[in-house]
Amino acid sequence: MAKIHVTTKINGEDAEFLCEPQQTMLDVLRDELSLTGSKEGCGSGDCGACSILVDGRLVCSCLMFGAEAAGTEIMTIEGMSDGDTLHPLQQKFLEHAALQCGFCTPGVLVASKALLDANPNPTEEQARYWLAGNLCRCTGYDKIIEAVMDAAAEMRGE
Amino acid sequence: MNYLGKDVELKVVGTRPIRPDGVEKVNGRASFGADVAVSGMIHAKVVRSPHAHARIKSIDTSKAEAVKGVQAVITGADLPDIPSEEAFVGEGPANFREMSHNVIARDKVLYDGHAVAAVAANTAAIAEEAARLVEVEYEVLPHVISVEEAMADGAPVLHEDMFTQGVDPKPTKASNIAKRVEFKLGDSNAAFAKADVIVERQYTTQPVHQAYIEPHACVVSYNPDGQAQIWCSSQGQFMVRAFCAKLLGMDIASIRVMPMEIGGGFGGKTLVYLEPLALALSKKSGRPVKMVMSREEVFRGSGPTSGGTINVKIGATKNGRIVAAECETILQAGAFPGSPVGPACMTAFACYDLADVTAFGYDVVSNRPKVAAYRAPGAPISTFAVESAVDELAQKLGMDPAEFRLINAAKNETKAAYGPTLKDIGYVETLEATVASEHYKSDLGEAPKGKRRGRGVASGFWFNIGGESSGATYVNEDGTVSVVSGNPDIGGSRASMGMMAAEVLGIDVSRVRTTVGDTASVGYSFLTGGSRVTFATGMAVTQSAEEVRDDMCRRAALIWEIDAEAVEWRDGAAHPAGENAGKFDPLSLSDIAAKSGRTGGPISAKCSINAQGAGPGYATHICDVEVDEETGHVAVLRYTAIQDVGKAIHPAYVEGQMQGGAVQGIGWALNEEYIYNKDGGLDNPGFLDYRVPVASDLPMIETQLIEVPNPRHPFGAKGVGEVPIVPPMAAVANAISSATGVRMPNLPMSPPRMRAALDAAKG
Amino acid sequence: MASVNVSNQMCRPYVGDAEVLKLEVDTVRALIKELERRFPGLGPQVEESMAVAIDGVIVQDTYLEPIGPDSEVFLIPKIAGG
Repeated sequence: MAKIHVTTKINGEDAEFLCEPQQTMLDVLRDELSLTGSKEGCGSGDCGACSILVDGRLVCSCLMFGAEAAGTEIMTIEGMSDGDTLHPLQQKFLEHAALQCGFCTPGVLVASKALLDANPNPTEEQARYWLAGNLCRCTGYDKIIEAVMDAAAEMRGE
Repeated sequence: MNYLGKDVELKVVGTRPIRPDGVEKVNGRASFGADVAVSGMIHAKVVRSPHAHARIKSIDTSKAEAVKGVQAVITGADLPDIPSEEAFVGEGPANFREMSHNVIARDKVLYDGHAVAAVAANTAAIAEEAARLVEVEYEVLPHVISVEEAMADGAPVLHEDMFTQGVDPKPTKASNIAKRVEFKLGDSNAAFAKADVIVERQYTTQPVHQAYIEPHACVVSYNPDGQAQIWCSSQGQFMVRAFCAKLLGMDIASIRVMPMEIGGGFGGKTLVYLEPLALALSKKSGRPVKMVMSREEVFRGSGPTSGGTINVKIGATKNGRIVAAECETILQAGAFPGSPVGPACMTAFACYDLADVTAFGYDVVSNRPKVAAYRAPGAPISTFAVESAVDELAQKLGMDPAEFRLINAAKNETKAAYGPTLKDIGYVETLEATVASEHYKSDLGEAPKGKRRGRGVASGFWFNIGGESSGATYVNEDGTVSVVSGNPDIGGSRASMGMMAAEVLGIDVSRVRTTVGDTASVGYSFLTGGSRVTFATGMAVTQSAEEVRDDMCRRAALIWEIDAEAVEWRDGAAHPAGENAGKFDPLSLSDIAAKSGRTGGPISAKCSINAQGAGPGYATHICDVEVDEETGHVAVLRYTAIQDVGKAIHPAYVEGQMQGGAVQGIGWALNEEYIYNKDGGLDNPGFLDYRVPVASDLPMIETQLIEVPNPRHPFGAKGVGEVPIVPPMAAVANAISSATGVRMPNLPMSPPRMRAALDAAKG
Repeated sequence: MASVNVSNQMCRPYVGDAEVLKLEVDTVRALIKELERRFPGLGPQVEESMAVAIDGVIVQDTYLEPIGPDSEVFLIPKIAGG
């Protein structure tokens, strides 16, 4: 079967690619677009390492076909900084040592951004439940939550 | 190397700078094994056995080879035969013949998921399609999963040449018991007569996986001249090199391994699965080959840790003094021998001062993936049992569990239950800190209707190791410093290496950049594991930094034309000392580096050592739980981990190890397990049904770092990474017992099991 | 003379019932050679598969570590990790 030609917008820039019908958005990002920041941890939507935003909505890119990106706006971890200025979440993750191996980090950051976009003043419990779809095996989540709460406060101007 | 001392004012060590590799980890640019792409690369997939135990009668690869785009297909016949050989390369004695048979089956498959063939093709999709066309004819054999089944009379035998070692007389009949081990002090059997109270119980644990979020991944390029390059995710680039060389019959120098960033290991990446297959495929196809495991393959085809059965008997006087202790630990090794039954026995009673103690155990094979190391291998299993029994003993005596442990605690000069006299340890300090902690003194609070609350305490121990390590320090032309470490960074060690070098050189840590070298770019280093990197590789890096510092003093003396002894290094610069003090302006690194050629050449030092004298670690954890009587769900309300860390080089990373290890232990306690069906197939090879802790399961994990320095490390460091996983299972179980009055000797304490136990207790 | 405890089960096939030996050895290398001299086969076993605790400090894979005249030495299996 012929490949599908898709036009979309990724991290604020127009993008286009060819993909097989069965290729997931994660495969497309990693193998066709060289955007390897999103990771495959499970391929079944259980670990969140492939998290991206599609029209502002948090999605596991391994559960989405590449072809579904047509006409949408995608944000990946590569689009989180503004030029060479880190997003407050990225900065706080570094300051709080909220990452060890760093493999889950792109997914956690994208999911955290989605959280703060939806709710700029989450409680610890709300943050924990929002991030329950992002597995981390190294940190025990403690410093991740600290970093998210601290970034939220900074973004609120406190 | 000698400890610099408590009174030395440290400017960098002990602070919390941002890690040098941090930004690329938060912006997606860090390169992990699966992120690598090389010119002409093709993709490979593994064909795996669906049977737990079967003889391979034939493999027909012709249909697979005929698929358009397939470049090569291999089976076990494509790897050389290796005579049975023992060599302690990597973690634990490595039998290379068994390793080769585990990487790809020969005449038998021994577990659901055992690799039997591999296909390399232009795309991963073609490789998968062709893999499905490999025809394997199996003669299915009866299988065994649990140790009880495997040890039973008449059980199907996995290896016809396995005769139990460590028993006298040597057995003549093959069995599934690979060996028996024993550690003994005094005469525990006789000493039970002195006990007023005895607790005797059987405990069971299930196999659990390290569950690193990054699956195994590699890219291998074999060139026709016999040289190969490997980019992979692993805990040891030198281990990958050595194992691949051995398994493929190549010279070590012909293989270069680039350690990519690693997405978690915890011991599960201290060996090879894909790299030898990719090497064989690359050789056969003439193309670089990429192989990445799916999550299902990780569960079915890579080593978890053992499940086991532990029988514990402990006796104490009514004053709370333990007078006798025994522990029998039977661990699953998986398809080939090598469970951590030895360390399980050695660590079981390591927290206590005992004169009469026996710990013995069995290493038993069964039709499951061969176990791999998992954070303090063996210790969490035996400690779960012992610390539960100790808690029960304290309960029977009406004593506070922390106070009971204090009465019996191992101290400096205590003879450890596994033999040697203990030195420079901080176990008592963790108990005292527990008793004094706000958590321990706090009120549990009123449980809502239908729920019960309780608090539990448990302790743990791990040896920590040193070993061969290499590092190097280079002063660049502008006076900045490059440090190269021989060890993959799985916990923030790169930051600590740079900090130690910065401390020695008296400069700001931002002027030091640390990288991890590949096998051609840094001296041999034993793999990252055993909580050894900050200790041993830190020592190598520190020594190389000291050599560089001393070299710069000599060059300053040359520049000033004074005696080398008359120069001292202070605040990042050489200063004239003694009678020359004040005669010359200090020379900084950049001043000296600018004249490096004229004063002798590039300024660098490398250091390769075999670091000895690692200090063991102890921890005590406090856990508060709330048990839902209707659903059996156990919520962890509050958790504190208190550990003797020697010296926290970078406290945030030490805290991170304690928190991460504690949470893995909580998962092991409450939910994680392998579920097998009646055919010996794994029913839950995915994160949906293999339930690891998620953010909403947990509270903040409070930490307390106790520093009893290790005098054999310049900054007093002890290994910290493994100890934290040892206490949690018992801490949780003891909290549940306190909450409900019900002892849970079988892990995991998942909701159905908890509910069943509560129902059974009601009568 | 250093006190060398060989009671670990891994030594049993070579040393029989012996528990503690008094040996005049000043390094781990000397210890291995002396053990091999007295109990053929024990030397390689210790060298390849065991660790040595000298006055409580565990060392492994080394010839050079010194053993003092009054040291307490304990032979245990090699330690690894994960």
